[in-house]
Amino acid sequence: MKVYINGLGSVSCQEGTRNFKSSDLTRVSQGINQAQQPSYKELIPAGMLRRMAKGVKMGIYASHSALEEANIAVPDAVITGTGLGCLIDSEKFLSTMLENNESYLTPTSFIQSTHNTVGGQIALKLQCMGYNFTYVNQNTSFESALLDGLLQVQAGELNNALIGGVDEIGDITMRFLQLTKKINTVDEIFPKGVNYGEGATFIVLDNKQTTQSYAELVDTAICNRVESVEDFIQSFLSSQYIVPEQIDVLVLGSNQTANDGAFYAQAQAICSSSALETFKEFSGEYHTASAFGLLNACEMLKYQQLFSTGESKPIEYILVYNQFDGKDHSLTLLKKCGD
Amino acid sequence: MEDLKIELKGKIIEVLNLEDITVEDIQDNDPLFGDGLGLDSIDALELIVLMDKDYGIKLSDPKEGRSIFQSIETMATYIAANRTK
Repeated sequence: MKVYINGLGSVSCQEGTRNFKSSDLTRVSQGINQAQQPSYKELIPAGMLRRMAKGVKMGIYASHSALEEANIAVPDAVITGTGLGCLIDSEKFLSTMLENNESYLTPTSFIQSTHNTVGGQIALKLQCMGYNFTYVNQNTSFESALLDGLLQVQAGELNNALIGGVDEIGDITMRFLQLTKKINTVDEIFPKGVNYGEGATFIVLDNKQTTQSYAELVDTAICNRVESVEDFIQSFLSSQYIVPEQIDVLVLGSNQTANDGAFYAQAQAICSSSALETFKEFSGEYHTASAFGLLNACEMLKYQQLFSTGESKPIEYILVYNQFDGKDHSLTLLKKCGD
Repeated sequence: MEDLKIELKGKIIEVLNLEDITVEDIQDNDPLFGDGLGLDSIDALELIVLMDKDYGIKLSDPKEGRSIFQSIETMATYIAANRTK
């Protein structure tokens, strides 16, 4: 059974997140880049809003947009991925434990600090009693959720599924990562440092193609460590009877750091005839940033335009390749919807 | 006592993250739960921790909380009479 992406929603470092041309977007230029927060008051009652973690708010907003586009009120499943969950509340809870010698622990930050809070709160708001699962697999957290949803829709166990990736910036964790030179600072760009971001991206998978459909989700694959990127890509594509020459656009999750180069160069060498697109200069790096890349790929397929230049181009297949620090490799293959 | 009430209102707004509410918006005799500020059971736990941490008052009997947490007035009266810090 074919699976289609019928709705997209996102909160990111970009103000009008769904602007299509990269020329309309702002490049993330600092070590730490907060997501632009939309107004949540129209969507979430004030009484609930005051207790919600930032990731929960972003997730509810992005999922609402995606469901609205797909014209689905309540999905069959809510499947989320997150690298670090609701990090701000985790830090708050742990800091309170330290400061107060494990006394005076308050419930709110503890409740919010669990990784499945976002998926749970979305389901509560939608009154969705269906399958609800959260994957916490570092930089393949989103792809794990995507794979779960894809397999269940393909197998006919679900008609549709809301899939999302959410991560938020926590000050203490970011400071540690800056100390270890994994994230750039205001003063210094490190050889292996990245510009960090945050955000929520949700998509709706469905077994029916509609006029709203962005793309067909052909397949996705995850590999924690790869011996050869070439073999990983070749094997993935051949399982779908596709050759690299058929890939019209290659979307890379490159941070353009010393760690990235070799892996992405291998991918480029295999798909040498493909147009090349990158996205992390607009989203920043975070554990589920690849969902933002997938969103861009969906729009390219729907509008048959390259993201970077706006150039119109026949696009049949797009391959999204992401990895971080030489680990957590993922591939996602999208195809243009049939007429 | 007036200073304590103002301090208490500020702490409640901060701890419970009551967005868009200022100290001036909370009247001394407004109910904290239900129709007034609309606090709930999780907020009650936050208030119990606040009493312990900031004023050294341990509330062991939940029934006691019901009367203490009626309003800012009742909370301030109880804190003034029982505080250890």
